[in-house]
This record gives sequence, C-alpha cells and structure tokens, in this order.
Amino acid sequence: MLTMENVTKRYKHRRSDVYALQDANVEIGTGEFVSIVGPSGSGKSTLLLMLGGMLSPSSGKVTLQGTSLYDLSPNERARMRKQHVGFVFQSFNLVPYLTALENVMIPLFLSGAAKEVQESRAKDLLERVGLGERLDHKPTELSIGQQQRVALARMLANDPQLILADEPTGNLDPDTSAMILDFFEQFVSEGRTIVMVTHDPRAAERARRKLRIDGGRIVEDKQDIKTRVVA
Amino acid sequence: MNLKTLIWRELFERKTQMITIVFGIFLGITTVVAIKTISHYSEKAVARELDTLGANILVLPKSATLQDYYTADMQDDVIPEEYVLRLTMSDAQGVDNLSPKLSMPIELQGRKFTLTGILPKSEFTAKAAWAGAGIFSQHIGCGAIELAGEKKDEDKQALVRKRVIETLEPNEALVGHDTATILGIKDGDKLQLKGEEFNVVAVLPETGTVDDSRIFAHLHKVQEMSGKGEVVNCIEIIGCCKEISAGLVGKINELLPDAKVVTVTQVVATQAKINSMMESLSLVFLAIIVVVGGAGVANYMYANVNERRREIGTLMALGAESNFIIKLFLTKAALLGIVGGATGFIAGTIFAITLGPRLAGVAVFPMPILAPIAVAIAVAIALVASYFPARRAATLDPCATLQEI
Ligand SMILES: Nc1ncnc2c1ncn2[C@@H]1O[C@H](COP(=O)(O)OP(=O)(O)OP(=O)(O)O)[C@@H](O)[C@H]1O
Ligand SMILES: [Mg+2]
Repeated sequence: MLTMENVTKRYKHRRSDVYALQDANVEIGTGEFVSIVGPSGSGKSTLLLMLGGMLSPSSGKVTLQGTSLYDLSPNERARMRKQHVGFVFQSFNLVPYLTALENVMIPLFLSGAAKEVQESRAKDLLERVGLGERLDHKPTELSIGQQQRVALARMLANDPQLILADEPTGNLDPDTSAMILDFFEQFVSEGRTIVMVTHDPRAAERARRKLRIDGGRIVEDKQDIKTRVVA
Repeated sequence: MNLKTLIWRELFERKTQMITIVFGIFLGITTVVAIKTISHYSEKAVARELDTLGANILVLPKSATLQDYYTADMQDDVIPEEYVLRLTMSDAQGVDNLSPKLSMPIELQGRKFTLTGILPKSEFTAKAAWAGAGIFSQHIGCGAIELAGEKKDEDKQALVRKRVIETLEPNEALVGHDTATILGIKDGDKLQLKGEEFNVVAVLPETGTVDDSRIFAHLHKVQEMSGKGEVVNCIEIIGCCKEISAGLVGKINELLPDAKVVTVTQVVATQAKINSMMESLSLVFLAIIVVVGGAGVANYMYANVNERRREIGTLMALGAESNFIIKLFLTKAALLGIVGGATGFIAGTIFAITLGPRLAGVAVFPMPILAPIAVAIAVAIALVASYFPARRAATLDPCATLQEI
C-alpha cells in the first residue's frame, strides 16, 4: 500500500549539500507493522514524514495506495492525509486550548462530520483508550501518558489505514509505553498498517519488520521469522 | 467542534493578547473617529459662519492686525468716531447697519473682562434722517431689509445675531453669557463699573465667541470712561448681501482713505485656512496612528501566527487544507477588527461629543457614516497583517510548519 522509489531528501546547508535521506527504496504492504531504527540524525523522521505526505522529497516518488503523493497539489495531499493517514508524534501535538474531547473532534470536523457524530465518536474513542472520565480536561490537566492516549484517539478518529508514529513512546514510562504498544498491536490486528520510528529496542521488537537507517540510507530490512510464520 | 469554537477557544486561551490587540485597534479608531468628527463639525461651523457673516465689512485702523473677526475691536489703535457719520451721510449702496465699537479692559471681582462700547442704531439713523440723506434709504432690495417695529426684548438679543442694537441708554449695559455666569448677573441687576452704576438690560445668549465674556455699554459712555476721546477701535458694516459688500469695499476705501477696510469673508477665509491647516495636521496624525497602530496590530498578528506554527502543522497533519488555515486566522482577525473598530467608533464619538464643544467651540453630533469606515479600516489592517504570515504558514510543507524534524 505504501512505496518509496529512489527517494532522496537533500538540504542546502551553507552551500554544501546535506542528505537527510539518500536513494531510499521501500515497499510496505497492507497490515504490516514496521519499525524504523537508527542513530540520531540518520533520517528516520524524514522518511516517516515523507511517507505521510508531510515533506516533499528532492527526488524520487512516494505512493500511497497507488497514488503518487507528491504529484498531487498540497491540498489534495491534505485530503489524502485526512482520509488515510494518522500521525502519532513524540510530543503529541495536542491543541493546548482544546479539551481532550475537542482535540479528538478536530479530524472529524475537518472531514465534515455533523456535531453529534463528532461528539459521540470522539467519546467512544476516548473511552476506548481509557479516558472516558477525562473528556473535559485540557492537555495541561492530563498526565503525559494520558496526553499520548488522547493523541491516539485523535489519530484514530478518521479510521486511518496507515498509522505513522515518530517515537510514540519516547516520552513515556515503561508501563504506559507497553500500553501504547498494546494498542498498536490491536490496530494492526484490525488490518491497519503501522510504521513506527523508535529508539526503544523493546518497542522495535514488537514490530514484525525492522528497517535500520544510517546516514540517510536504509542499511537493513529484517523480517521477524517467527511472526512472519504466524502471519 | 467548528470553526467558531476553534477561534473562540484560542482567543480566550490568550486573553491578554486578545485584549491588547483589541485595545490597540480600539485606541487607534477612537482617536481617528474623535478627530474626524470634531474637525467635520468645526469645518461646518466655519462654513456656516462664513455664510452668515459673509456680508460684513470691517473698518479698522491702518496698523491693525487681524486674526479673528470677533476680536477686531480689541486693539490699542483707534480711528475717529467721525468716520461713522461720514459713512452714514455717504451714498454707498447696500448698507444694512453700522456698528462702531471701542473696547477697554476692566476688572471685576479680581477677574479681567472687556467693556465694549457700542452705538445704538437710533443715534446715527436719526442723524442721517435729519440730514435728509444717508445710506439707509438706498436699499436696492436683497431681502435683508429690517422690519420696522421689532419687539423690544428681541431687540437686545439682536446684538447677537445682527451685531447691531436699536436703542441703548448711557446707564444701560448688556452682559455676555460667560461674564453673567461668572459674576452671577441676571436681567435687571445693577452693575458697578469703575464707580458708575449700570442697569443690566439683558444677559445675552451664548454665542461661543469672545462676545460671551464681554460687557456692552453705550459707546459714548465707554469713550468717557476710557478717556480716549471720540474714537472707536473698529466699525463693523453689515452689508445687505454678499454681492453688494464686494463693491461696497471700494466705495468705503474711497470714503475713508486712512482706514483699513476688510471683508469678513477675508477674515473668515484666513480662519478657514488655519482650520484647514489644523485639519491637514490632524490628517498627518491620523496617518501616524494608522501606520503605528497598524504596525502594532500587524506585529501582534504576525507573532500570533508564528506562535501557533505547531498548531497549524498539527491541523495540517490531520488533513486541514491551506484555505482552512487561512480562514481560521482571517476570521479571527476580522472578529478582532470588528470589535475594536465598533467600540472605537462608539468611544471616539462619545469623546467628540463631550470634548468637541470645549476644544473646538462647536456642537458635535455623532457621524454614523464613520461607523462602517472605522470598522472597515480596523478589519482591513487586521486582515492584511494576518493574511501574509498565515498564508506563508499554510503553504509551506506541513513538516516545516510543524517543526517535527
Ligand atoms: N532544514 C534542514 N536543513 C538542513 N539539514 C536538515 C534539516 N532538517 C533536517 N536536517 C538533517 O537531516 C538529517 C535527518 O534528520 P531526521 O530528523 O530525519 O533524523 P532522525 O533520524 O529523526 O533523528 P532523531 O532520532 O534525533 O529524531 C539530520 O542530520 C538533520 O541535520
Ligand atoms: Mg526524529
């Protein structure tokens, strides 16, 4: 469902070129749970954001469900994200002045859902991540783990087939991390595709495929034999 | 969740910022509306003055400088009273009335006032009639002819409108509105001036001019009290209409070669010139306010967009299109502009109405026409200031806006 063909991201930095990503080729099928690992500054976030139509490559092609993302206009790309992609960020990016419920309602509002639909679906989602009691809390009134769960609920709002997560457990304690990863496994079992950047080896272990990046190049692409057999 | 809630929540999340922006717009618009309203009505007042006084001519000493029509008689130099007679006996056409004046300062209850001597019309018309000639018989009919037999109490008030009085006894005085208020004088009171007793025959209605702080008495009495002899400071000639006073000036110049003859139109024109200078000055102020205020608002709006880049990036990651982001900021800007502009208009109008009479000496009324203009200016500034940063943030790659890398 998701491919990258010869994708390069080059930044001009004081007249010399910096390659954040170089000649990357990946193919990710529907329902895969992929982790991306590698040292800091190796290009993991760059790759992930490009898969989600957030960052134009300098050259190469990214396709999502057969559509070449960067041949679309920015607004068409925004619609693709709205329909197919859910992002989870290390820093959650909740809207600070909105309550948990309202944060989850945003994607629903953006796709034109009626007010009652927005509200009932947002409630359901927050209950699903165990925050049924925290609907009216603002981000600052929630614990870090609770904030990430609100972000998860928001990400799920438009029922995305593709979930892109950049260090989703990077700020969390081990218990909450485990909880988030459990959710991820649930999402995969629902047939969603997940690509997750992580520094945490245990998190990486939960994925069934591991991409290693170093210096902007994909240096390793390892399928987990056991899980592949199970799958 | 809808656009309105999103905007509303953000506004109230950053209350101080919102208040600062609205207050900035409010102050700017208040000043603009106040200045504009006051200057509009003072301009109108000048125009009206020009219209009603257009037919008047002043005869002054050659050396007199003339800033203000109303203070024309408040100088030291004098001309002989005999000029009045010369005018009365001439065959100049179109003269309705003559009003010679002599002023002297007096102190009452420790405060300075002006005692102005005026000559009632009865005195020189009688002389002219006796001489069997004179200017008053030579009306050529332009509608301003005096009606005979005006009521007595109206006559005293006529000084205010026509600057001429029919009769006045040597022991009678008329008191200007402000003077009367300060001294607590009413019609019929007695008034001591330099040891002489006067009957106050009337307190004059308010005119908004220096006449309000004068005391009027008989010219010959004032001449006697000042010890200057048979002289006057100025003679005001009320022409019967504008057109005629133009030709009249030449005629009077011939009659009185040693005096300076000016039409009030010229005087008021000078005043109008000063007024228009004041107005262009206030325009400069307006421009400064709009530029400085606009820059302040622009700066705030710009800062607000930058501050919210993460939020913008998040919304875009969630699928918001660039138009939505721009709409989000422009709606907010318009809202602030409308509130600031409308309240500014109201405050500016209140300011103008209460301060206008004190600052410019004219009655000021609200100018509803300024309301849409004020709001439009405020909204335009807020919109322009938000549009560019918002558009920039909305058209960058969302990732650059989100700053997640
Ligand atoms: N705007 C930019 N200009 C120049 N270089 C950039 C820019 N943005 C990113 N880079 C470079 O691109 C490289 C990849 O960055 P990226 O954020 O993808 O790394 P990462 O693997 O996610 O690192 P981390 O684990 O620390 O998050 C880095 O070396 C970075 O310096
Ligand atoms: Mg990163």
